[in-house]
Amino acid sequence: MPDSSIGGVAVILLAAILTNNILLSKFLGMCSFIAISRDLRTAWGMGLAVTFVTFTTAVLNYGIYYGVLVSDAPLCAADLTYLTFLVLIMVIAGFVQLVEMIIERFSSVLYYKLGVFLPLITVNCAILGVNLLMIDPDRQFGLVQTAAYALGSGMGWLLAICLMAGLRRRLEYADVPKPLQGLGITLLITGLMAMAFMGFTGMVDI
Amino acid sequence: MIYFYALIVLSSLGGGLAVLLLIADRFLADYGPCKISINDEEPFIVEGGCTLLDVLYEQKIFIPSACGGQGTCGFCKIKVFDGGGPVLPTETPYLSKSELADSTRLTCRIKVKQDIVLHIRPEYLDVQEFRSTVIAAQMVTHDTRQVVLKLIEPQEIDFRPGQYIQIQVPSSAATTFRAYSISSPPSSKDEVELVIRLIPNGLGSTYLHKVQVGQEVTFTGPYGEFVLDEDVETELICVGGGCGIAPMRSIIRYICEVSPQRKCKLFYGVRTMKDVMYLDEFQQLADRMSNFEVHYALSNPKHSSPWQGETGFIHESVANHVNGKGNRQAFLCGPPLMIEATMKVLEEKAVPKESTFYDEF
Repeated sequence: MPDSSIGGVAVILLAAILTNNILLSKFLGMCSFIAISRDLRTAWGMGLAVTFVTFTTAVLNYGIYYGVLVSDAPLCAADLTYLTFLVLIMVIAGFVQLVEMIIERFSSVLYYKLGVFLPLITVNCAILGVNLLMIDPDRQFGLVQTAAYALGSGMGWLLAICLMAGLRRRLEYADVPKPLQGLGITLLITGLMAMAFMGFTGMVDI
Repeated sequence: MIYFYALIVLSSLGGGLAVLLLIADRFLADYGPCKISINDEEPFIVEGGCTLLDVLYEQKIFIPSACGGQGTCGFCKIKVFDGGGPVLPTETPYLSKSELADSTRLTCRIKVKQDIVLHIRPEYLDVQEFRSTVIAAQMVTHDTRQVVLKLIEPQEIDFRPGQYIQIQVPSSAATTFRAYSISSPPSSKDEVELVIRLIPNGLGSTYLHKVQVGQEVTFTGPYGEFVLDEDVETELICVGGGCGIAPMRSIIRYICEVSPQRKCKLFYGVRTMKDVMYLDEFQQLADRMSNFEVHYALSNPKHSSPWQGETGFIHESVANHVNGKGNRQAFLCGPPLMIEATMKVLEEKAVPKESTFYDEF
C-alpha cells in the first residue's frame, strides 16, 4: 500500500505530471493531442476539460469498481471485474454528457470556449487509461491516491499539449523539410519530448 | 448466477445513467418562456431550448436554410442584437468580418435560452408555406428529373426569375429542407417547375426522384438574391453548370416573354453528352429571340460521341464569347469551382461585381 500521508500523495501527483506523464510515457490520448495542439488557447481549454473529466470519472469509477465489481465488493458478491472496460467507458460517456449539460446551463462562456472539444473527451483514451491504471493491482491505490493520480495525469496531459502547442507555433517560422511538415514533425517532436520527460524518471516512480 | 449479476449491474448502471441524464435534461435544459422580438415589433413568447431556426419556423417565419439547419450552408443569416450568446466556432467560417461586426449570426446555431432581440430582412417575412401536388414528372437526362408542382394553398406564388424554393423533406425534424431553383417563368403563378439531379443518398433529391404524380409536396419560398435588371439595354450573361440550368431557364423564359429582343447569352457546361439537357428548348427560343445566343460546352466529351459543339470548361467558353462593353449583368449557378473560374473571367471582361449574382451548390 503506498504512503497515504500528504507527502506520499504529493509524490503521486508529481509523478503523474512528470515522470509518468500519461501522454509521453504511455502515449495515450494522442489523437486529440495531435489534432488540437495547433493553437495554444484551444489546447489550454481542451487540457482543462480533460483534467476535470479525468479527475471526476476516476473518483466515480473508483467507487463503482471497489463497491460493485470486485469479488469482495460490499454491493455485489460476484466477481464482475471482467465488465471493467464496459462499466468504465459507460460512466465516462454518461458523465461527459452530464458535465456538458451542466456547463451549458451554468457557464455558457466556458461552454462556448470548449465548444466541440467537450463531447470529444468521451473518446479520449488518456481518460480511460487513467481509469484503468488506477485499479492496477500492483499499485493498490486508495481513494485519495487515485484522486491525486487522476488529477496529476490530467495536469500532465494539459502540460504536454500546451508545450506542444507552443512548439508548433514556433514551428510555423521554422524551415521544416517538406515531407516532414505537419504530422511528421509533430510526431518527431512528441518523441523528443517523451525522451526529455524520461529525464525525470530517476526522481520518483509510481 | 454471475451472468445474472452482470446483467443486473450493467442494466442498473445504464438505466441509472440514462435516468440521471433525462432528469438533468428535464431540469437543466429547461430555459422557460423566452421573449423573441423581431424588427422592433411586439415580442412573442416561446418555450426555450430549441434552435432559433425551429422557433421561427413554428411562428411561420421561414428563414432560408439549404442544409436544413445543419450549419453547413450559411444561408440562415439574420442579425441578432441581444440574447444570441457568443459567436460559435461553427459559425465563424460563414461570417465575414463586417458581418461579425454588425451582429450577423446563423439562425440554426443559436439556441433560445433567453430573451432575444433580432432583425429579419423584410423579404423573409413575405416567405410563405405552400402546399402543392405533383402534376408532371419526367427524366430529362439519365440522372436528372423535372418535376412540376401545382399549388393548392395558397394558389399563387409571386417570385422573381432565378429565385428558389425550399422543399420540405418528410423526416422527424420539422426543418428538414432542401433548396431547389424554380425553372419556370414568374408568369406561371400557379405552378413551379424544378430540375433535380439525383445525388446518391441525398435526402432531398432521392425524395423528389421518388414522388409520384398526385402526391402532395410542401415547400416554402420564394428565396434568393437574384435581381434581374429590367432595363432592356442591359445585356444578360447566364452561366449554368449541371443542375444550375434551372434558374437560367426561368430567367430566359421570362426574357422571351417580356423583351424577346434583349441581348442575352446562355453558357451551359456539363461533362458528357448524356448530361446535356434542354438544348432543343433553348435552340427553339433562340429562333424566336434574335439576340439570344446558346453556348453548350462539354468538359469531357467521349471520342465516339457525335457532339459537334464546343468542348472544354464553361468559363473558357465565357472568355471566348463575352466581349464588348455597355451595361451587362451576369447570373451564375453551379459548382463552386465553376463559379470561381467564371467570376475571374467576368472580372477580366470588366463586368462589374455588383452586377454579378451567383448561387453555389
